[in-house]
Amino acid sequence: MRIACPFCGPRENGEFTYLGDAKPKRPALEAGEEAYYEYVYLRDNVAGEMDEFWYHGAGCRSWIKVRRNTVTHEISSVEPAAGAGAAKVAS
Amino acid sequence: MKYSIFSLARAALSGHKNWPRTWRDPQPQKHYDVVIVGGGGHGLATAYFLAAEHGIRNVAVLEKGWIGSGNAGRNTTIIRSNYMLPGNIGFYELSMKLWETMERDLNYNTMVSQRGVLNLYHSDAQRDAYARRGNAMRINGIDSELLDREGVRKLLPFLNFDNARFPIQGGLLQPRGGTARHDAVVWGYAHAADRLGVDIIQNCEVTGFTRDAGGKVTGVETTRGTIGAGKVGVAVAGSSSRVAAMAGLRLPIESHVLQAFVSEGIKPLIPNVVTFGAGHFYVSQSDKGGLVFGGDLDGYNSYAQRGNLPVVEDVCEGGMALMPVIGRVRLLRQWGGIMDMSMDGSPIIDKTPVDGLYLNAGWCYGGFKATPGSGFVFAHLIARDELHREGARFRLDRFRRGAMIDEKGQGAQPNLH
Repeated sequence: MRIACPFCGPRENGEFTYLGDAKPKRPALEAGEEAYYEYVYLRDNVAGEMDEFWYHGAGCRSWIKVRRNTVTHEISSVEPAAGAGAAKVAS
Repeated sequence: MKYSIFSLARAALSGHKNWPRTWRDPQPQKHYDVVIVGGGGHGLATAYFLAAEHGIRNVAVLEKGWIGSGNAGRNTTIIRSNYMLPGNIGFYELSMKLWETMERDLNYNTMVSQRGVLNLYHSDAQRDAYARRGNAMRINGIDSELLDREGVRKLLPFLNFDNARFPIQGGLLQPRGGTARHDAVVWGYAHAADRLGVDIIQNCEVTGFTRDAGGKVTGVETTRGTIGAGKVGVAVAGSSSRVAAMAGLRLPIESHVLQAFVSEGIKPLIPNVVTFGAGHFYVSQSDKGGLVFGGDLDGYNSYAQRGNLPVVEDVCEGGMALMPVIGRVRLLRQWGGIMDMSMDGSPIIDKTPVDGLYLNAGWCYGGFKATPGSGFVFAHLIARDELHREGARFRLDRFRRGAMIDEKGQGAQPNLH
């Protein structure tokens, strides 16, 4: 599996670290326990195309958003995602 | 049929051409008391214990491919009970005891070999952690022995003891741990369950659940028609999220790929199971002579049953750091399986919020050793609608309650467990 980093070009996946599904967004502080339980623990665990965050630690050290098929490992798009490693509060 | 020295002699006289089927190939009936989804080790063990321990024999095991075609046939065959946390330690020892009587119980040679599992340590801190683990095991009546460097050298003189960065200081040994023949475990449970009347139905994929007006599960829809069921147990690790989604459930699980490897056959070298403590590498030698080994998850969500080269390199580097003697051995095969990675690294055996639906999932990459215990505890839950004492903490709602069983202390990041 190679990931085409938007800054460095195609690189082997060993250069990247995986954060996971890009969908979960940290709930607002007052959202309550149930919302936090879902955010921290529950996953769609998609079999098919999924947007996910990767970090190019052995390259340009950028966060990127990758659309990848979890059944075939085929990657259909890669885009920069600056700051993805910091949890985003849903707006 | 019952296997014995006499059945072997009879079959030998006819040139081994008249062995009957090991299990029947029945057509699915309209209705069963219990339907188990998933014909892996855990599903078949559950069906066996439902029949053998609880007298529930009107049971079907539904498998979308052939039995044992998933993780039951893809693991590295290691059995052990060297756990530390309450909730895990008693459960895995229950499983270990069932391994010890399995061949007699099932009337099948599952080649259980208690050759010992040795976890090496490479620093003072790691020795202390292993001493603590070993003591926790002993307090719970499980065998463990802390070896020093010379103790390890007696067992495995060819290891790289003087690795400049990670010298071997010793190891924690569980002598009763070892290996078993993974396919034979599947066939043994199938054989024994079938003899007790369980229907094993292969090439039968579950595509949905049938529910009554109150939402209770009343059966399953399959590629071979609708099958009614008093209760449905799901044991499909790797695909748990997909099957649970058919009942509208979201699980605290991610599916990840784990690779395993086997080398060409060589003469006897490794007498037990060894794990490298400074990286992730574990190895044993099969009876055919191949070195069976593995290491880390690839680290990304995957349903592909195959991994990528960076992990191949990482695992082989771990092997070379530990035992440079294998450097000229050629790799024969490498494959991947889909792991049900739960959010705390521990399994789930529980009722679900859906009435009539029971879940056995989240085995991460430790499911093989748990096969008999998992079946025993899950059968108890399905038959009696109550938790077995040794499985009582594997609750689905433990994440909501903050009652995690996080053996490695990694937090809710499944690719790190």
